[in-house]
Amino acid sequence: MNKINALIYFLAFSSGFCIMGIELLGGRILAPYFGSSVHIWGSIITVFMLSLSFGYLLGGKLSTRNPSLTKYGLIFFAASIMVVPIVLFAEPIMTFIFTHIEDSRYGSLLASTALFFIPTTILGMISPYSVRLLVTDHEKSGQVAGGLYFVSTLGSALGTIITSFYMVLAFDVNDIIKTFAAVLGALGLLAIAVSQLKTKERTVCLES
Amino acid sequence: MFRVLMVCLIMTLPFSSLAEVIHKERSLYRNILVEKTGDLLCLKFNEKTRKSTQSCMYKSEPKKLVFNYTKMTFASLLFIDNPKNVLIIGLGGGSLSNTIHELYPSAHIENVEIDPAVIKVARDYFSFVETDNVTSKVQDGRIFIKRAALKKQKYDWIILDAFNGDYIPEHLLTKEFFAEVKSVLADGGIVAANTFSSSKLYQHESATYFDVFGDFVNVVTDENSNRIILAGFETMPSQQQLAERVNKLANKLTPYDVDLQLLSEHLFYTKGNQDWPADTKVLTDQYSPANLLNYQ
Repeated sequence: MNKINALIYFLAFSSGFCIMGIELLGGRILAPYFGSSVHIWGSIITVFMLSLSFGYLLGGKLSTRNPSLTKYGLIFFAASIMVVPIVLFAEPIMTFIFTHIEDSRYGSLLASTALFFIPTTILGMISPYSVRLLVTDHEKSGQVAGGLYFVSTLGSALGTIITSFYMVLAFDVNDIIKTFAAVLGALGLLAIAVSQLKTKERTVCLES
Repeated sequence: MFRVLMVCLIMTLPFSSLAEVIHKERSLYRNILVEKTGDLLCLKFNEKTRKSTQSCMYKSEPKKLVFNYTKMTFASLLFIDNPKNVLIIGLGGGSLSNTIHELYPSAHIENVEIDPAVIKVARDYFSFVETDNVTSKVQDGRIFIKRAALKKQKYDWIILDAFNGDYIPEHLLTKEFFAEVKSVLADGGIVAANTFSSSKLYQHESATYFDVFGDFVNVVTDENSNRIILAGFETMPSQQQLAERVNKLANKLTPYDVDLQLLSEHLFYTKGNQDWPADTKVLTDQYSPANLLNYQ
Protein backbone atom coordinates (compact mmCIF):
# COMPACT_ATOMS: atom_id res chain seq x y z
CA MET A 1 0.00 0.00 0.00
CA ASN A 2 1.43 3.39 -0.86
CA LYS A 3 1.69 6.21 1.66
CA ILE A 4 -1.17 8.24 0.21
CA ASN A 5 -3.54 5.28 0.49
CA ALA A 6 -2.44 4.69 4.09
CA LEU A 7 -3.21 8.34 4.80
CA ILE A 8 -6.71 7.98 3.33
CA TYR A 9 -7.43 4.91 5.44
CA PHE A 10 -6.17 6.72 8.51
CA LEU A 11 -8.36 9.73 7.79
CA ALA A 12 -11.42 7.54 7.26
CA PHE A 13 -10.68 5.82 10.56
CA SER A 14 -10.43 9.16 12.34
CA SER A 15 -13.66 10.49 10.87
CA GLY A 16 -15.46 7.34 12.06
CA PHE A 17 -13.99 7.90 15.51
CA CYS A 18 -15.14 11.54 15.65
CA ILE A 19 -18.66 10.87 14.32
CA MET A 20 -19.48 8.34 17.01
CA GLY A 21 -17.72 10.32 19.73
CA ILE A 22 -19.91 13.31 18.89
CA GLU A 23 -23.07 11.19 18.61
CA LEU A 24 -22.44 9.75 22.04
CA LEU A 25 -21.92 13.16 23.60
CA GLY A 26 -25.13 14.31 21.90
CA GLY A 27 -27.09 12.46 24.58
CA ARG A 28 -25.27 14.36 27.28
CA ILE A 29 -25.78 17.69 25.50
CA LEU A 30 -29.55 17.22 25.08
CA ALA A 31 -30.28 15.74 28.53
CA PRO A 32 -30.45 19.01 30.52
CA TYR A 33 -33.22 20.28 28.24
CA PHE A 34 -34.99 17.20 26.97
CA GLY A 35 -34.28 14.58 29.62
CA SER A 36 -32.92 11.08 29.28
CA SER A 37 -36.01 9.23 28.13
CA VAL A 38 -35.77 6.67 25.33
CA HIS A 39 -36.87 9.22 22.75
CA ILE A 40 -33.68 11.24 23.23
CA TRP A 41 -31.65 8.42 21.72
CA GLY A 42 -34.37 7.99 19.11
CA SER A 43 -33.87 11.61 18.08
CA ILE A 44 -30.11 11.49 18.06
CA ILE A 45 -29.76 8.22 16.16
CA THR A 46 -32.40 9.29 13.62
CA VAL A 47 -30.64 12.57 12.90
CA PHE A 48 -27.21 10.96 12.63
CA MET A 49 -28.43 8.21 10.31
CA LEU A 50 -30.36 10.66 8.18
CA SER A 51 -27.50 13.11 7.86
CA LEU A 52 -24.97 10.35 7.15
CA SER A 53 -27.21 9.05 4.38
CA PHE A 54 -27.39 12.49 2.77
CA GLY A 55 -23.64 12.81 3.25
CA TYR A 56 -23.06 9.54 1.39
CA LEU A 57 -25.10 10.82 -1.55
CA LEU A 58 -23.35 14.17 -1.64
CA GLY A 59 -19.89 12.69 -1.17
CA GLY A 60 -20.49 10.20 -3.97
CA LYS A 61 -21.70 12.95 -6.28
CA LEU A 62 -18.78 15.22 -5.43
CA SER A 63 -16.27 12.43 -6.07
CA THR A 64 -17.24 12.29 -9.76
CA ARG A 65 -15.88 15.79 -10.46
CA ASN A 66 -12.07 15.86 -10.56
CA PRO A 67 -11.48 14.02 -7.31
CA SER A 68 -8.37 15.13 -5.48
CA LEU A 69 -6.69 14.80 -2.14
CA THR A 70 -7.01 18.58 -1.72
CA LYS A 71 -10.78 18.46 -2.02
CA TYR A 72 -10.80 15.49 0.33
CA GLY A 73 -8.87 17.54 2.88
CA LEU A 74 -11.30 20.41 2.41
CA ILE A 75 -14.21 18.13 3.44
CA PHE A 76 -12.40 17.46 6.72
CA PHE A 77 -11.70 21.13 7.12
CA ALA A 78 -15.37 22.02 6.55
CA ALA A 79 -16.47 19.34 9.04
CA SER A 80 -14.07 20.77 11.60
CA ILE A 81 -15.57 24.24 11.26
CA MET A 82 -19.16 23.00 11.36
CA VAL A 83 -18.58 21.02 14.57
CA VAL A 84 -17.64 24.20 16.46
CA PRO A 85 -21.22 25.63 16.64
CA ILE A 86 -22.18 22.58 18.75
CA VAL A 87 -19.92 24.03 21.43
CA LEU A 88 -20.78 27.68 20.88
CA PHE A 89 -24.52 27.70 20.29
CA ALA A 90 -25.97 24.55 21.85
CA GLU A 91 -27.33 26.41 24.90
CA PRO A 92 -29.16 29.27 23.17
CA ILE A 93 -30.52 26.93 20.48
CA MET A 94 -31.82 24.45 23.05
CA THR A 95 -33.22 27.20 25.28
CA PHE A 96 -35.13 28.59 22.30
CA ILE A 97 -36.53 25.19 21.31
CA PHE A 98 -37.34 24.31 24.93
CA THR A 99 -39.42 27.45 25.41
CA HIS A 100 -41.27 27.01 22.10
CA ILE A 101 -41.97 23.27 21.99
CA GLU A 102 -43.68 21.56 24.93
CA ASP A 103 -43.33 17.98 23.72
CA SER A 104 -39.78 16.85 24.47
CA ARG A 105 -39.89 14.25 21.67
CA TYR A 106 -40.15 16.88 18.93
CA GLY A 107 -38.04 19.31 20.93
CA SER A 108 -35.17 16.85 21.08
CA LEU A 109 -35.59 15.91 17.41
CA LEU A 110 -35.41 19.54 16.35
CA ALA A 111 -32.51 20.35 18.67
CA SER A 112 -30.62 17.33 17.48
CA THR A 113 -31.23 18.38 13.85
CA ALA A 114 -30.12 21.94 14.51
CA LEU A 115 -26.92 20.86 16.24
CA PHE A 116 -25.81 17.77 14.36
CA PHE A 117 -27.32 17.67 10.88
CA ILE A 118 -24.77 19.80 9.02
CA PRO A 119 -21.54 18.51 10.58
CA THR A 120 -22.65 14.88 10.32
CA THR A 121 -23.72 15.31 6.68
CA ILE A 122 -20.25 16.64 5.87
CA LEU A 123 -18.61 13.82 7.80
CA GLY A 124 -20.79 11.36 5.85
CA MET A 125 -19.25 12.61 2.59
CA ILE A 126 -15.90 11.20 3.60
CA SER A 127 -16.60 7.48 3.07
CA PRO A 128 -17.67 7.52 -0.61
CA TYR A 129 -15.00 10.09 -1.40
CA SER A 130 -12.36 7.84 0.20
CA VAL A 131 -13.51 4.93 -1.95
CA ARG A 132 -13.19 7.07 -5.09
CA LEU A 133 -9.64 8.09 -4.18
CA LEU A 134 -8.58 4.55 -3.36
CA VAL A 135 -10.09 2.67 -6.29
CA THR A 136 -7.73 2.53 -9.26
CA ASP A 137 -8.73 -0.86 -10.52
CA HIS A 138 -12.47 -1.43 -10.80
CA GLU A 139 -12.07 -5.16 -10.25
CA LYS A 140 -10.81 -4.40 -6.78
CA SER A 141 -13.50 -1.82 -6.00
CA GLY A 142 -15.45 -4.17 -3.75
CA GLN A 143 -12.36 -5.09 -1.83
CA VAL A 144 -11.37 -1.45 -1.41
CA ALA A 145 -14.88 -0.51 -0.23
CA GLY A 146 -14.84 -3.43 2.22
CA GLY A 147 -11.49 -2.39 3.62
CA LEU A 148 -12.66 1.17 3.95
CA TYR A 149 -15.88 0.27 5.76
CA PHE A 150 -13.79 -1.95 8.02
CA VAL A 151 -11.44 0.86 8.93
CA SER A 152 -14.05 3.58 9.38
CA THR A 153 -16.44 1.39 11.36
CA LEU A 154 -13.56 0.24 13.53
CA GLY A 155 -12.89 3.93 14.14
CA SER A 156 -16.55 4.38 15.07
CA ALA A 157 -16.41 1.53 17.56
CA LEU A 158 -13.27 2.88 19.19
CA GLY A 159 -14.67 6.41 19.22
CA THR A 160 -17.74 5.15 21.03
CA ILE A 161 -15.95 3.14 23.68
CA ILE A 162 -13.09 5.52 24.38
CA THR A 163 -15.41 8.51 24.66
CA SER A 164 -17.94 6.80 26.91
CA PHE A 165 -15.59 4.77 29.08
CA TYR A 166 -12.70 7.17 29.58
CA MET A 167 -12.96 10.64 28.10
CA VAL A 168 -16.10 11.67 29.98
CA LEU A 169 -14.32 10.82 33.25
CA ALA A 170 -11.45 13.15 32.48
CA PHE A 171 -12.79 16.04 30.41
CA ASP A 172 -15.76 18.36 29.92
CA VAL A 173 -18.12 17.54 27.05
CA ASN A 174 -17.28 20.76 25.20
CA ASP A 175 -13.53 20.18 25.52
CA ILE A 176 -13.89 16.72 23.98
CA ILE A 177 -15.91 18.14 21.08
CA LYS A 178 -13.41 20.95 20.55
CA THR A 179 -10.68 18.32 20.41
CA PHE A 180 -12.61 16.38 17.75
CA ALA A 181 -12.97 19.61 15.76
CA ALA A 182 -9.26 20.35 16.09
CA VAL A 183 -8.30 16.82 15.06
CA LEU A 184 -10.57 16.96 11.99
CA GLY A 185 -9.13 20.35 11.02
CA ALA A 186 -5.54 19.16 11.47
CA LEU A 187 -6.19 16.04 9.39
CA GLY A 188 -7.77 18.16 6.65
CA LEU A 189 -4.71 20.40 6.57
CA LEU A 190 -2.45 17.33 6.50
CA ALA A 191 -4.31 15.94 3.48
CA ILE A 192 -4.08 19.29 1.67
CA ALA A 193 -0.36 19.65 2.50
CA VAL A 194 0.41 16.13 1.27
CA SER A 195 -1.56 16.77 -1.88
CA GLN A 196 0.39 20.00 -2.57
CA LEU A 197 3.72 18.27 -1.97
CA LYS A 198 2.74 15.53 -4.38
CA THR A 199 1.86 17.97 -7.16
CA LYS A 200 5.13 19.81 -6.56
CA GLU A 201 7.09 16.54 -6.78
CA ARG A 202 5.31 15.72 -10.01
CA THR A 203 6.09 19.11 -11.55
CA VAL A 204 9.72 18.77 -10.49
CA CYS A 205 9.86 15.34 -12.13
CA LEU A 206 8.30 16.66 -15.31
CA GLU A 207 10.67 19.66 -15.47
CA SER A 208 13.76 17.54 -15.05
CA MET B 1 -31.97 -31.62 29.35
CA PHE B 2 -35.11 -32.65 31.18
CA ARG B 3 -33.11 -33.46 34.31
CA VAL B 4 -31.40 -30.08 34.22
CA LEU B 5 -34.78 -28.42 34.01
CA MET B 6 -36.08 -30.46 36.91
CA VAL B 7 -33.07 -29.54 39.04
CA CYS B 8 -33.58 -25.87 38.19
CA LEU B 9 -37.24 -26.10 39.09
CA ILE B 10 -36.54 -27.79 42.40
CA MET B 11 -33.86 -25.24 43.25
CA THR B 12 -36.18 -22.31 42.70
CA LEU B 13 -39.00 -23.83 44.76
CA PRO B 14 -37.90 -22.66 48.21
CA PHE B 15 -37.45 -19.10 46.92
CA SER B 16 -40.75 -18.93 45.12
CA SER B 17 -42.54 -20.06 48.25
CA LEU B 18 -40.93 -17.18 50.13
CA ALA B 19 -41.56 -14.39 47.69
CA GLU B 20 -44.53 -14.60 45.40
CA VAL B 21 -44.51 -12.50 42.26
CA ILE B 22 -48.01 -11.09 41.95
CA HIS B 23 -47.38 -8.75 39.03
CA LYS B 24 -44.82 -8.52 36.28
CA GLU B 25 -44.54 -5.78 33.77
CA ARG B 26 -42.05 -4.71 31.16
CA SER B 27 -41.94 -0.94 30.92
CA LEU B 28 -40.05 1.29 28.51
CA TYR B 29 -37.20 1.46 30.98
CA ARG B 30 -37.09 -1.77 32.92
CA ASN B 31 -38.83 -4.87 34.16
CA ILE B 32 -41.12 -4.16 37.05
CA LEU B 33 -42.09 -6.75 39.63
CA VAL B 34 -44.52 -6.65 42.50
CA GLU B 35 -43.53 -9.28 45.04
CA LYS B 36 -45.34 -10.46 48.12
CA THR B 37 -43.39 -11.99 50.98
CA GLY B 38 -45.73 -12.76 53.84
CA ASP B 39 -47.07 -9.40 54.97
CA LEU B 40 -44.61 -7.41 52.89
CA LEU B 41 -45.47 -6.12 49.42
CA CYS B 42 -42.56 -4.77 47.40
CA LEU B 43 -42.00 -2.99 44.10
CA LYS B 44 -38.81 -4.16 42.47
CA PHE B 45 -36.91 -3.35 39.32
CA ASN B 46 -35.64 -6.55 37.84
CA GLU B 47 -32.52 -7.13 35.83
CA LYS B 48 -31.09 -10.47 34.87
CA THR B 49 -28.51 -10.51 37.61
CA ARG B 50 -30.19 -8.61 40.40
CA LYS B 51 -33.33 -7.16 41.78
CA SER B 52 -33.38 -3.77 43.39
CA THR B 53 -36.19 -2.97 45.75
CA GLN B 54 -37.78 0.41 45.17
CA SER B 55 -40.61 0.54 47.63
CA CYS B 56 -42.34 -1.72 50.11
CA MET B 57 -45.40 -1.69 52.33
CA TYR B 58 -46.82 -3.88 55.09
CA LYS B 59 -50.21 -5.10 53.95
CA SER B 60 -51.55 -5.22 57.51
CA GLU B 61 -50.10 -1.83 58.49
CA PRO B 62 -50.03 0.25 55.32
CA LYS B 63 -49.16 3.43 57.23
CA LYS B 64 -45.93 2.09 58.62
CA LEU B 65 -42.97 3.06 56.46
CA VAL B 66 -40.64 0.18 55.67
CA PHE B 67 -37.40 1.79 54.53
CA ASN B 68 -35.02 3.71 56.64
CA TYR B 69 -34.35 6.30 53.94
CA THR B 70 -38.05 7.03 53.55
CA LYS B 71 -38.25 7.64 57.27
CA MET B 72 -35.11 9.77 57.15
CA THR B 73 -36.72 12.03 54.55
CA PHE B 74 -39.05 13.27 57.29
CA ALA B 75 -36.10 14.93 59.01
CA SER B 76 -37.10 17.72 56.58
CA LEU B 77 -39.91 18.57 59.00
CA LEU B 78 -37.33 19.72 61.52
CA PHE B 79 -36.68 22.60 59.11
CA ILE B 80 -40.09 23.61 57.75
CA ASP B 81 -43.56 24.33 59.08
CA ASN B 82 -46.67 23.12 57.34
CA PRO B 83 -45.47 22.51 53.81
CA LYS B 84 -48.11 23.73 51.37
CA ASN B 85 -46.54 22.90 48.03
CA VAL B 86 -44.59 19.68 47.80
CA LEU B 87 -42.73 18.37 44.77
CA ILE B 88 -41.60 14.75 44.64
CA ILE B 89 -39.28 13.66 41.82
CA GLY B 90 -39.42 9.86 41.56
CA LEU B 91 -42.62 8.15 42.69
CA GLY B 92 -41.71 4.54 43.50
CA GLY B 93 -44.69 2.99 45.27
CA GLY B 94 -45.95 6.43 46.28
CA SER B 95 -45.37 5.93 50.02
CA LEU B 96 -43.84 9.40 50.50
CA SER B 97 -46.74 11.05 48.71
CA ASN B 98 -49.33 9.06 50.67
CA THR B 99 -47.70 9.82 54.02
CA ILE B 100 -47.32 13.54 53.33
CA HIS B 101 -50.93 13.68 52.14
CA GLU B 102 -52.12 12.09 55.39
CA LEU B 103 -49.98 14.41 57.49
CA TYR B 104 -50.99 17.55 55.58
CA PRO B 105 -54.31 16.87 53.81
CA SER B 106 -54.51 20.38 52.36
CA ALA B 107 -50.98 20.40 50.93
CA HIS B 108 -50.57 20.32 47.15
CA ILE B 109 -48.35 17.41 46.21
CA GLU B 110 -46.98 16.98 42.70
CA ASN B 111 -45.35 13.66 41.90
CA VAL B 112 -43.13 13.47 38.84
CA GLU B 113 -42.18 10.04 37.53
CA ILE B 114 -40.52 9.21 34.22
CA ASP B 115 -42.00 5.72 33.92
CA PRO B 116 -45.79 5.51 33.38
CA ALA B 117 -45.72 1.84 34.38
CA VAL B 118 -44.43 2.76 37.83
CA ILE B 119 -47.38 5.13 38.36
CA LYS B 120 -49.78 2.41 37.27
CA VAL B 121 -48.28 -0.15 39.64
CA ALA B 122 -48.30 2.38 42.51
CA ARG B 123 -52.03 2.93 41.91
CA ASP B 124 -52.93 -0.72 41.45
CA TYR B 125 -50.87 -2.34 44.19
CA PHE B 126 -49.62 0.29 46.64
CA SER B 127 -52.79 2.33 47.21
CA PHE B 128 -51.17 5.46 45.80
CA VAL B 129 -53.71 8.20 46.55
CA GLU B 130 -54.49 10.83 43.93
CA THR B 131 -56.88 13.70 44.56
CA ASP B 132 -57.33 17.25 43.32
CA ASN B 133 -54.42 18.12 45.59
CA VAL B 134 -52.24 15.13 44.89
CA THR B 135 -51.25 14.68 41.27
CA SER B 136 -48.78 12.69 39.26
CA LYS B 137 -47.16 13.49 35.96
CA VAL B 138 -45.15 11.36 33.56
CA GLN B 139 -42.08 13.42 32.82
CA ASP B 140 -38.34 13.59 33.23
CA GLY B 141 -37.68 15.44 36.50
CA ARG B 142 -35.23 17.81 34.88
CA ILE B 143 -37.76 18.95 32.29
CA PHE B 144 -40.49 19.33 34.91
CA ILE B 145 -38.36 21.60 37.08
CA LYS B 146 -37.14 23.66 34.11
CA ARG B 147 -40.76 24.27 33.06
CA ALA B 148 -41.81 24.96 36.66
CA ALA B 149 -39.09 27.62 36.82
CA LEU B 150 -40.39 29.23 33.62
CA LYS B 151 -43.87 29.34 35.17
CA LYS B 152 -42.34 30.82 38.33
CA GLN B 153 -43.75 28.04 40.48
CA LYS B 154 -42.42 27.64 44.02
CA TYR B 155 -42.33 24.63 46.30
CA ASP B 156 -41.53 24.61 49.96
CA TRP B 157 -40.59 20.96 50.11
CA ILE B 158 -38.76 19.39 47.17
CA ILE B 159 -37.93 15.71 47.47
CA LEU B 160 -35.43 14.24 45.01
CA ASP B 161 -35.76 10.48 44.93
CA ALA B 162 -35.00 9.46 41.36
CA PHE B 163 -31.99 7.20 41.87
CA ASN B 164 -32.53 3.49 41.86
CA GLY B 165 -29.53 2.04 43.62
CA ASP B 166 -27.42 1.15 40.64
CA TYR B 167 -28.36 3.64 37.97
CA ILE B 168 -28.13 7.38 38.37
CA PRO B 169 -29.78 9.78 35.93
CA GLU B 170 -26.65 11.87 35.49
CA HIS B 171 -28.47 15.03 34.46
CA LEU B 172 -30.16 15.06 37.89
CA LEU B 173 -26.87 15.35 39.72
CA THR B 174 -25.30 18.49 38.27
CA LYS B 175 -24.66 22.00 39.46
CA GLU B 176 -27.00 23.37 36.78
CA PHE B 177 -29.81 21.04 37.87
CA PHE B 178 -29.44 22.00 41.53
CA ALA B 179 -29.51 25.67 40.52
CA GLU B 180 -32.81 25.02 38.73
CA VAL B 181 -34.12 23.22 41.83
CA LYS B 182 -33.05 26.20 43.94
CA SER B 183 -34.91 28.55 41.62
CA VAL B 184 -38.23 26.80 42.34
CA LEU B 185 -37.60 26.56 46.08
CA ALA B 186 -39.82 28.91 48.09
CA ASP B 187 -38.34 31.15 50.79
CA GLY B 188 -37.87 29.06 53.89
CA GLY B 189 -38.30 25.88 51.87
CA ILE B 190 -36.13 22.78 51.89
CA VAL B 191 -34.70 20.26 49.45
CA ALA B 192 -34.41 16.64 50.61
CA ALA B 193 -32.40 14.30 48.41
CA ASN B 194 -32.18 10.58 48.92
CA THR B 195 -28.74 9.66 47.77
CA PHE B 196 -25.48 7.80 48.15
CA SER B 197 -23.15 7.53 51.06
CA SER B 198 -20.32 5.52 49.57
CA SER B 199 -17.92 5.46 46.61
CA LYS B 200 -16.03 8.32 45.06
CA LEU B 201 -19.30 9.85 43.99
CA TYR B 202 -19.98 10.84 47.62
CA GLN B 203 -17.33 13.55 47.51
CA HIS B 204 -18.34 14.86 44.10
CA GLU B 205 -21.96 14.97 45.10
CA SER B 206 -21.22 16.79 48.36
CA ALA B 207 -19.03 19.31 46.56
CA THR B 208 -21.79 19.93 44.01
CA TYR B 209 -24.48 20.50 46.66
CA PHE B 210 -22.13 22.79 48.55
CA ASP B 211 -21.38 24.78 45.41
CA VAL B 212 -25.06 25.55 44.86
CA PHE B 213 -26.62 25.59 48.34
CA GLY B 214 -23.71 26.30 50.67
CA ASP B 215 -23.52 24.27 53.85
CA PHE B 216 -26.06 21.48 54.09
CA VAL B 217 -27.08 18.68 56.44
CA ASN B 218 -26.46 14.96 55.99
CA VAL B 219 -28.95 12.70 57.70
CA VAL B 220 -27.28 9.36 58.32
CA THR B 221 -28.65 6.93 60.89
CA ASP B 222 -26.57 3.89 60.18
CA GLU B 223 -23.24 3.28 58.53
CA ASN B 224 -24.14 1.40 55.39
CA SER B 225 -27.43 2.97 54.53
CA ASN B 226 -28.17 5.88 52.22
CA ARG B 227 -27.91 9.44 53.28
CA ILE B 228 -30.50 12.14 53.00
CA ILE B 229 -29.14 15.53 52.07
CA LEU B 230 -31.12 18.46 53.42
CA ALA B 231 -30.25 21.69 51.66
CA GLY B 232 -31.58 25.11 50.83
CA PHE B 233 -32.42 26.26 54.37
CA GLU B 234 -31.16 29.66 55.46
CA THR B 235 -30.03 29.02 59.01
CA MET B 236 -29.38 25.84 60.90
CA PRO B 237 -32.02 25.46 63.65
CA SER B 238 -30.66 25.64 67.19
CA GLN B 239 -30.83 22.65 69.55
CA GLN B 240 -33.74 24.31 71.29
CA GLN B 241 -35.66 24.87 68.04
CA LEU B 242 -35.07 21.26 67.05
CA ALA B 243 -36.33 20.05 70.43
CA GLU B 244 -39.46 22.17 70.05
CA ARG B 245 -40.20 20.70 66.65
CA VAL B 246 -39.63 17.18 67.88
CA ASN B 247 -42.10 17.84 70.70
CA LYS B 248 -44.65 19.25 68.35
CA LEU B 249 -44.45 16.58 65.65
CA ALA B 250 -43.13 13.38 67.22
CA ASN B 251 -46.54 11.90 68.05
CA LYS B 252 -47.93 12.77 64.67
CA LEU B 253 -45.13 10.78 63.03
CA THR B 254 -45.17 7.73 65.29
CA PRO B 255 -47.85 5.84 63.29
CA TYR B 256 -45.49 5.96 60.31
CA ASP B 257 -42.68 4.51 62.38
CA VAL B 258 -40.68 7.71 62.03
CA ASP B 259 -38.67 8.51 65.14
CA LEU B 260 -38.18 12.26 64.86
CA GLN B 261 -36.20 12.41 68.09
CA LEU B 262 -33.72 9.89 66.70
CA LEU B 263 -33.50 11.76 63.40
CA SER B 264 -32.84 15.04 65.20
CA GLU B 265 -29.79 13.41 66.78
CA HIS B 266 -28.42 12.33 63.40
CA LEU B 267 -28.15 15.62 61.56
CA PHE B 268 -24.60 16.25 60.44
CA TYR B 269 -24.11 19.88 59.48
CA THR B 270 -21.26 20.42 57.02
CA LYS B 271 -20.29 23.83 58.39
CA GLY B 272 -16.74 23.48 59.73
CA ASN B 273 -17.12 19.78 59.07
CA GLN B 274 -16.68 19.22 55.37
CA ASP B 275 -15.85 15.59 54.76
CA TRP B 276 -14.72 15.99 51.17
CA PRO B 277 -11.42 17.31 49.80
CA ALA B 278 -11.55 21.04 48.97
CA ASP B 279 -10.37 20.43 45.41
CA THR B 280 -13.13 17.89 44.56
CA LYS B 281 -14.44 18.47 41.06
CA VAL B 282 -18.01 19.75 40.99
CA LEU B 283 -20.41 17.80 38.73
CA THR B 284 -21.79 19.91 35.90
CA ASP B 285 -23.77 19.35 32.70
CA GLN B 286 -20.36 19.34 31.04
CA TYR B 287 -18.77 16.91 33.48
CA SER B 288 -21.14 14.37 34.91
CA PRO B 289 -19.86 10.77 34.82
CA ALA B 290 -21.83 9.91 37.97
CA ASN B 291 -22.39 6.27 37.04
CA LEU B 292 -18.71 5.74 36.31
CA LEU B 293 -17.66 7.53 39.52
CA ASN B 294 -19.99 5.32 41.49
CA TYR B 295 -17.78 2.33 40.70
CA GLN B 296 -14.54 4.01 41.69
